[in-house]
Amino acid sequence: MSVFKHPGAFVRKLAVGASMAAATMLPLSQAAADTIKIGYMLPYSGTFAQLGEMITDGFNLALKENGGKIGDYDVEIVTLDDESNAGRATRNMQQLVSGENVDVVVGTVHSGVAMAMVRVARQQGTILIIPNAGLDAATRQLCGPNIFRTSFSNWQPGYAMGHAAYERGYRNVVTMAWRYGAGQESVAGFKEAFEELGGTVTREFYVPFPEVEFQAQLTEIASMQPDAVYVFFAGGGAVQFVRDYAAAGLKDRVPLIGAGFITEGTLQAQGEAAEGVLSALHYSEALDTEENQAFRQAFHDEYGKYPDIYAVQGYDAAKLLIEGVNQAGTKSRDDLIHAMRNVELSSPRGPITMSRSHNPIQNMYLREVQNGENVVIGTAYEMLEDPGTGCAMRDVN
Amino acid sequence: MDLSLFLIQTMNGVQYGLLLFLIASGLTLIFGIMHIINLAHGSLYMVGAYLAFWISSYTGNLFLSILLGLPIAIVLGIVIERFLIQRLYDRDHLDQVLLTFGLILIFDAMQSIIWGNDVHGVPIPDALRGGIMLTENLAYPTYRLFVSGVCLAIAVGMFLLIQKTRLGMIVRGGASNREMVSALGINIRWVYTLVFAAGAGLTAFAGMIAAPISSVYPGMGNSILIICFVVVVIGGLGSIKGAFLGALMVGLVYTWGTVLVPQFAGAAVYALMAAVLLWKPRGLFA
Repeated sequence: MSVFKHPGAFVRKLAVGASMAAATMLPLSQAAADTIKIGYMLPYSGTFAQLGEMITDGFNLALKENGGKIGDYDVEIVTLDDESNAGRATRNMQQLVSGENVDVVVGTVHSGVAMAMVRVARQQGTILIIPNAGLDAATRQLCGPNIFRTSFSNWQPGYAMGHAAYERGYRNVVTMAWRYGAGQESVAGFKEAFEELGGTVTREFYVPFPEVEFQAQLTEIASMQPDAVYVFFAGGGAVQFVRDYAAAGLKDRVPLIGAGFITEGTLQAQGEAAEGVLSALHYSEALDTEENQAFRQAFHDEYGKYPDIYAVQGYDAAKLLIEGVNQAGTKSRDDLIHAMRNVELSSPRGPITMSRSHNPIQNMYLREVQNGENVVIGTAYEMLEDPGTGCAMRDVN
Repeated sequence: MDLSLFLIQTMNGVQYGLLLFLIASGLTLIFGIMHIINLAHGSLYMVGAYLAFWISSYTGNLFLSILLGLPIAIVLGIVIERFLIQRLYDRDHLDQVLLTFGLILIFDAMQSIIWGNDVHGVPIPDALRGGIMLTENLAYPTYRLFVSGVCLAIAVGMFLLIQKTRLGMIVRGGASNREMVSALGINIRWVYTLVFAAGAGLTAFAGMIAAPISSVYPGMGNSILIICFVVVVIGGLGSIKGAFLGALMVGLVYTWGTVLVPQFAGAAVYALMAAVLLWKPRGLFA
């Protein structure tokens, strides 16, 4: 993958499998009719480069398993590095939709970039499949018939963990997160479930993003002695928080719980400090199902590395499209949307279906870190559906 | 709030402040003496942290890694000064900002190529593991106390070196009148190279020693750059004493802001900076 930041939007064309020959040999107008053109708008450089790569690999694996075709269509892929740059997102999305004239856009990781993509998709009607970004609005206020998501809403893991926390007997919980969209939406989801059931969120700490100095809050937490601490951090912040929490001696006194990203892709760096951390998420690499085992094996055979949650979300994005085209029998937009919203997938994460606002209805697993692995110890919430509050999509069936 | 909690929070603030001083001191040293605005400061911090992670994954020993990594950082500083910065002494600050901003992009890309985009942790040395129980359910990590001690020692060392030694005198002389120092037969070019290398080494050292408590991740340098500038601006550009006091003030305000007005914890630091600049537009000691 390209590592350098490109001065302008850099577009690279790839063709998958058999479509390579077809796309290059046939005249353009003819190719468009029996080719489905997909635009990847994902981060291939910057902090989220790894995630963009995993999503791409997952998507390509599903295409390959399907013989490099979608229905009867050949596949042409256009790749664009969004650099997780929200300022350039609208222009990048326009380039894929209007310039490259793609049938479907797949992207992205960063919620700010995804927000701009959703806005363009709403205006232009191009089908957008979001393989990660969790901003609630994408399947709430800003929902649209052509906008689908195969990952999660920030609300989902939070809400599930709120449920699980109450069931484990916690009644007073302190929350802590970065003060930005994902952190606040995750805490809101947790609070909603936890207080619905009768628990109390005693205090909500917010840390300016991306600050990683937590000592003051840890001292407060130690003096308040809540039943548990619910957190939303990811990446470097997650590593540091979990380590600081253990170093402050809180790990064995006040259970640490969170949205799954607190221990996603960070376990090696967190080491033994992460042992016993509880989290809710729609996937775990240790999930013991036939689909997950098969997927992990296939992914490893193809790429020589094991997949993570982002690969699963990319894989399912492709599956959603493939199933949609299979059932509709065409890539014609209205028919395809109609078919996609009724698709049921047996994902490596378990069964998923689309909610009325096109967010996955899926199991939220309760995971505990044991020996450096997110072991599934139960289901925090079965087939959890985002309420889709504020989604005014009329065409429902 | 009881007294012990008050004392612990104050200690948190001082501890954070000392760490900020160590990170910011290289920046103020380079600006104060060479009048160079070094935006790549954060990148040197990141290089230090990644060197600590990279070398300690072979040696398994943080202190040995610092010993081996520090010369690399100092050589890097010398190369940057000799081949890049030196051409810009007679240009204005905008050119320096452009150059050092370009360096940020290069360092970020190099980090991605050499070390990848994963998040890494550096283990705390065995001897400094664990913590001291302050209350019945709060421990204070020994390593953080150790880092505070190191920061304090470096602050004192820098002060003595610059105020009390012949080398310090030459450096101070070069800061206020470089032509006069040259006229006295001192090779000012080498003095500047030395100062820049020392600044780079200090910054990388901060990244190394902070690595076990801050973890190592892409973009880590850019996130500390802003707070460093806040510290240096409050203290007065170029003043070591100012940077020390500024860092302690920022540490305490950040900590107490978090405790007392959690909604505005992030803003409190900038409010402090605005207040200081209203009172003393050039910072405390400039």
